[in-house]
Amino acid sequence: MATTAETFQAHHGDHAHHDADHKPGFFARWFMSTNHKDIGTLYLIFAIFAGIVGGAISGIMRMELMHPGIQYLGWWVNFMGGEAGFDQNLHLWNVLITAHGLIMVFFMVMPAMIGGFGNWFVPLMIGAPDMAFPRMNNISFWLTFVAFCSLMFSTFVPGGTGNGAGTGWTVYAPLSTTGSQGPAVDFAIFALHLAGAASIMGAINFITTIFNMRAPGMTLHKMPLFVWSVLVTAFLLLLALPVLAAAITMLLTDRNFGTTFFDPAGGGDPVLYQHLFWFFGHPEVYIMILPGFGMISQIVATFSRKPVFGYLGMAYAMVAIGFVGFIVWAHHMYTVGLDVNTKMYFTAATMVIAVPTGVKIFSWIATMWGGSLEFKSPMVWALGFIFLFTIGGVTGVVLANGGIDDNLHDTYYVVAHFHYVLSMGAVFSLFAGFYYWFPKMSGRWHSELLSHLHFWTFFIGVNVIFFPMHFLGVQGMPRRYPDFTPAYSYFNEMASYGYMIMAGSMLIFFVNIGYALFAGRKAEGNYWGEGATTLEWTLPSPPPYHQFETLPVITEANDYHNHLPAGERPANA
Amino acid sequence: MAGTANHQFHILPPDIWPLIGSLSALTMTSGLVMYMHPDVFSMGWLVLGLGIAGLIATFFSWFSNIVKEAEAGHHSPVVQLHLRYGMILFIASEVMFFVGWFWSWFSFALFPDQLSEVIGGTFPPKAIEAVMDPFDLPLLNTLILLCSGTTVTWAHHSLIHGDRDGLKKGLWLTILLGLLFTAIQAYEYSHAPFDFGGNTYSSAFYMATGFHGFHVIVGTIFLIVCLIRAYKGHFTPRQHFGFEAAAWYWHFVDVVWLFLFVSVYVWGSWGATIH
Repeated sequence: MATTAETFQAHHGDHAHHDADHKPGFFARWFMSTNHKDIGTLYLIFAIFAGIVGGAISGIMRMELMHPGIQYLGWWVNFMGGEAGFDQNLHLWNVLITAHGLIMVFFMVMPAMIGGFGNWFVPLMIGAPDMAFPRMNNISFWLTFVAFCSLMFSTFVPGGTGNGAGTGWTVYAPLSTTGSQGPAVDFAIFALHLAGAASIMGAINFITTIFNMRAPGMTLHKMPLFVWSVLVTAFLLLLALPVLAAAITMLLTDRNFGTTFFDPAGGGDPVLYQHLFWFFGHPEVYIMILPGFGMISQIVATFSRKPVFGYLGMAYAMVAIGFVGFIVWAHHMYTVGLDVNTKMYFTAATMVIAVPTGVKIFSWIATMWGGSLEFKSPMVWALGFIFLFTIGGVTGVVLANGGIDDNLHDTYYVVAHFHYVLSMGAVFSLFAGFYYWFPKMSGRWHSELLSHLHFWTFFIGVNVIFFPMHFLGVQGMPRRYPDFTPAYSYFNEMASYGYMIMAGSMLIFFVNIGYALFAGRKAEGNYWGEGATTLEWTLPSPPPYHQFETLPVITEANDYHNHLPAGERPANA
Repeated sequence: MAGTANHQFHILPPDIWPLIGSLSALTMTSGLVMYMHPDVFSMGWLVLGLGIAGLIATFFSWFSNIVKEAEAGHHSPVVQLHLRYGMILFIASEVMFFVGWFWSWFSFALFPDQLSEVIGGTFPPKAIEAVMDPFDLPLLNTLILLCSGTTVTWAHHSLIHGDRDGLKKGLWLTILLGLLFTAIQAYEYSHAPFDFGGNTYSSAFYMATGFHGFHVIVGTIFLIVCLIRAYKGHFTPRQHFGFEAAAWYWHFVDVVWLFLFVSVYVWGSWGATIH
């Protein structure tokens, strides 16, 4: 195999730089890639695939939750090759919620945002020819892929009462230790190890790229906000994930080698696991949303034809969110018996995050104020993001209160809250970024009509799913149960109808991609026109295989804040 | 790969090792799961071994390629800067990994469980009849690591001043001190007055010092690679980042040990019967 690479190298070295569009053969291009755009594409395809799996799992969940009583789980247990029974059915439920959470967090949102859009557009936006460590970039992708495989393995091996890891995405002890005998949880733990290693290497790559490979003249304070968002995200990944690695290694040794980190019989403490997990877990939720913030900033500025309002405030708001994100973790643990003073501290610290977040929301609105607004598909998704993320943010401030959380902890109110910030925050920003950049990446236009139709059906669908969950939560319906009293029927049935709308909406999305790839008209270099001022718009769509072989130079005249029309910016490629 | 690109960055050709490395990592973790569950799987050790072999092959080839590229002159000043940033950030992530282990240690030491019979509200817990004397072998190991920090600096200064002989001598000494540390640690483990696991003290003690020991071994291998490269005539007084990275990593394991010595061996074992 090394010979293949060497032969290629010799060949490549001779010709590559005479022809920027010289591409390697199929296997070398997609399985041995060192090209940031190809790796970005691999990440996006993988994330869409994982999203389909995770979304299908939520379909099974909404199916079961449409009416009280347990109706379908036994069928699914048999379908998966197990033997249906009360405990087995409930175990499958736990497996489903675990898989849904882990897949959506680690294999959909993170690969799409950081791996997909980050890989594609960080080098383009800073005027760099590629990432700093192209090979490490590739192993980040493939480790994410094999991590997903490890999680899939876990589904088919014993995990306690049935097959699969039924621990919840948080893998809390003692359910994940003495509560889940069998190899399934170990496979899931290693999936997290592998995905974590992938993300740490990705983080090192992004930080190095952003610090060292900016085009001449692009100071940190001239970087596009999407690049700022990925920079902050990468620091969170770098510092948070190793703590998770330590925590799940303790789980592993508790499970298999007789340590007692989380086993009270040996003096261990399950709450210690929660501290370690949420020290990672809270930065993780900002990891999932900060790149979205970055994308929304680019999109709102583009379609307002104005530079973003309060650029420095926007950049440092993300830095502040990232920093404070490390010191609020125990607000996930208000009901474990924390000291009241501890709860007061974490309540106060958590609410502080609303300040930089408010800076961002109001700056997006101020960017639009007096702008020349164009409601193209990315912009409607961005507006949907601002509206729905704000709702999720407001319920977050409610939940930040230790006293209120005593009542709402582990209810559907929490489920509603984090789906508003993720399924409507992170996912809306992903679709906004997708429609913003899809023609840039593929060279083909999607249908604006289908994109708008996708937006409105998705907007209605997810709100019908998740808004009623606030009511269910306030009424006291607990999370993570497959059954409920008939008193909760009305809103559960409504949520399941919402899922059907959302699923139909996703069909429109796939039709739209198919249409674009097979019949879409060709996209120009800067198809959004005057408002699109960052460096990726100086390149053709799709960009050449190796771009910026002569580095662009950022001067006062072409600084993207100065917002020059496309014709007056220097062309590169 | 300098080519005709008008920039100093290193554009790499496609490479198979990331894919092989990832598949090997999956093989290794899956093999470990199989090994840990002999009631469900057989031959786990074989899968585990294959995975480890694949990973070793990956590391060997990958780093060999980097060395070859460096010797071929592809590491322009900015690419060397990339490597510096990469190594510093990697060490930062390693620091956070150890934060997790220290977190559990301090949690157990500051809040010993009142209800558990093996703990009895004290730390070191009741189940630990005796601890190691921190001022015996652990102190010796502290001195060994501190001393190895000076020998690696000797090697570095020799390298900077073009004294190849001093470089080799300094590296030899550092590696021998590293091996000596590992040997003493192994001796200490095998003569420890308490077993692995069963209570918080011996869980956190062995995992924290064990992961440190693993990092010492990795650092020693890194230094051995540097020694081999020194004999091959690699490194110049101006460009020798491979050596510097190894030295940084060595200092990192040294600092982790100092924290382990102070908070685990001395403070964490304070007041217990000495073995």
